[in-house]
Amino acid sequence: MTLFAFFNNLPSLLVVVPLMMAPIAALIPISQLAWAATLLATAVSFIAAVLLHMLTGAGARVTYYLGNWAPPWGIEFVVDSATSFVLMVITALGFVVTLFARRSLASEINNGDLGKAYGAWLLAIGGLSGLVLTADAFNLFVFLEISALASITLIALGAGRVRRSLIAAYNYLIIGAVGATFYVIGVGFIYAMTGSLNMADLAERLPDVANSTVIYVGFGFMVAGILVKAAVFPVHIWLPSAYSYAPSAVSTLLAAIATKAAIYVLARIVFTIFAGVPDLTIAAMNWVIIPLSLAGIFTGTILAIYESDIKKLLAHSSVAQIGYITLGIGVATTQSLTASFIHIGNHALMKGGLFMAVGGFFYALGQRVTVYNIVGMGRRMPITATAFLICGLSLIGLPLTAGFISKLYLVRALLDDQALVIVGLVLLSSALSLIYLWKIVEVMWSNNPAYNDRDFTEQPALYIPLWMLAGANIWFGIDSSFIVKGAEAAARALGGGL
Amino acid sequence: MTQPSLFDVLLANWNYLIVIVLMMSGLFIVISRYNLVKKLVGLSIFQTSVFLFYISLAKVDGGTAPILTDDPSTIYSNPLPHVLILTAIVVGVATTALGLALVLRIHSAYGTIEEDEILAAKTAAMEPRYRRGDEAEADALAASEAKS
Repeated sequence: MTLFAFFNNLPSLLVVVPLMMAPIAALIPISQLAWAATLLATAVSFIAAVLLHMLTGAGARVTYYLGNWAPPWGIEFVVDSATSFVLMVITALGFVVTLFARRSLASEINNGDLGKAYGAWLLAIGGLSGLVLTADAFNLFVFLEISALASITLIALGAGRVRRSLIAAYNYLIIGAVGATFYVIGVGFIYAMTGSLNMADLAERLPDVANSTVIYVGFGFMVAGILVKAAVFPVHIWLPSAYSYAPSAVSTLLAAIATKAAIYVLARIVFTIFAGVPDLTIAAMNWVIIPLSLAGIFTGTILAIYESDIKKLLAHSSVAQIGYITLGIGVATTQSLTASFIHIGNHALMKGGLFMAVGGFFYALGQRVTVYNIVGMGRRMPITATAFLICGLSLIGLPLTAGFISKLYLVRALLDDQALVIVGLVLLSSALSLIYLWKIVEVMWSNNPAYNDRDFTEQPALYIPLWMLAGANIWFGIDSSFIVKGAEAAARALGGGL
Repeated sequence: MTQPSLFDVLLANWNYLIVIVLMMSGLFIVISRYNLVKKLVGLSIFQTSVFLFYISLAKVDGGTAPILTDDPSTIYSNPLPHVLILTAIVVGVATTALGLALVLRIHSAYGTIEEDEILAAKTAAMEPRYRRGDEAEADALAASEAKS
């Protein structure tokens, strides 16, 4: 096998390795071995994603025909700069969170369920990778449901601790299934008009039928379905309880990568499939995506201010952060798309880190982490609390952290677009996010622990992956060239039709 | 050329009419029912309406089942939507199965599968002394007290 052939097969590895390893991990009775198999699979995925990112960075566009059926008849995986960037975020975070999961999951769910949990874990990661890779509109639905059903199973595993995770999982199942079915209806309309499912082929055929109402309806259904999965306001309601009642490691995994893949799909639908119908997409952006993003930013931030349960607070804050990403997509200039991609990467780093730190507190406390029981944590668990502080400052967007780079590029893109009102709203919401973050920082660092509070021994298995993310937040805040370069290439690859 | 009457248009597109009726009833059940199993039934009806939509799209006038015959003048229906829907049915079955499994677990955890009763159970579990903290914590405490 030549080297060239090996590179051409890389896209399939990203899906095949996690999906093949999932049943193996589920069948291994020894949980440590199941974890090792999971870690191996995520490591292989990560290496494949990095190789792909290097290839696309050199200007290549890797395609893989499943079963060697040429498109538009067969299903095709396409990797361009945008795909490889998101893939790298997903697999990198998947790997780091798997490192964290060994201790965290073992302490939160029954030992007998661990192997099966890792099986679902791999299905979720493999499904999300496939979601990003596929260039077939219907195949996308299948991957959407693979990752969704696996995530629901993982969320429901929190039932050992909190029975409400069952309700959260059930609600996510119902809302998610309705969303996915909406997407399928949309694809049906588009297929009826064009007779094709391949995204590139659809992009060529759609301008010929651009005046048909059927296309408008199909577009509406597809976007509405994906908005549910991306948890954009007002269809985000499944997200806060799903993230906050899941086991800590699962919350971390989902918060870091699950909605990112759906947001990427939204961008693909708008900028790739419907690139030839600009009237429609521009109207959707200006009248739907931008207002909903702004509404999401403010509701998420304000709900977070009034929340006392830290995991739920972070979940509300996720809704706001998703708003920033979709705002960049909605403004739809190359700069704003760059800002969105930067934030896809950076938000995964900061929210992953924050949820991991909360997982660390939970491991030590043995009960739900609220602002009432983390008093003095800065002194009782300094290593974890410091990492939480770094990721939190990154979330607000303090200079020298990754979050600052996100905000900088977003505001710069908005200024270039003369959207001064939106700039003002973004800055205001950033100031508001300081309130909920500072609330936590104050009880952790300014208040002294009660005299009878014991100090906790911190687990290296929990804080090493946490510090990997906290370190990345600082690293990419000081030298952001890697993320910015990747995001710029991604925006150019995606926004070719702009 | 005269404008066709509304009745004729509906009659010519009766397959879409059925799809719309099924889809709306399914969605209505999902939204309006409190019973968690009934919600899943609604979801299944909703998904089935989409399956019917795809299948009726595939029909070509005068077309036969897409099985290769020796006669080159045979008109075939489009087989691709059938294949897509086979996949979608599998996804639908998986969704329903997972949903029912969750309902079973909810029943053993809460003792009911009526959404309003579950909400009531959650509120009842929040005794005054827990109210300042998180509801979920109150839930967990109530559950541990019930066990002991």
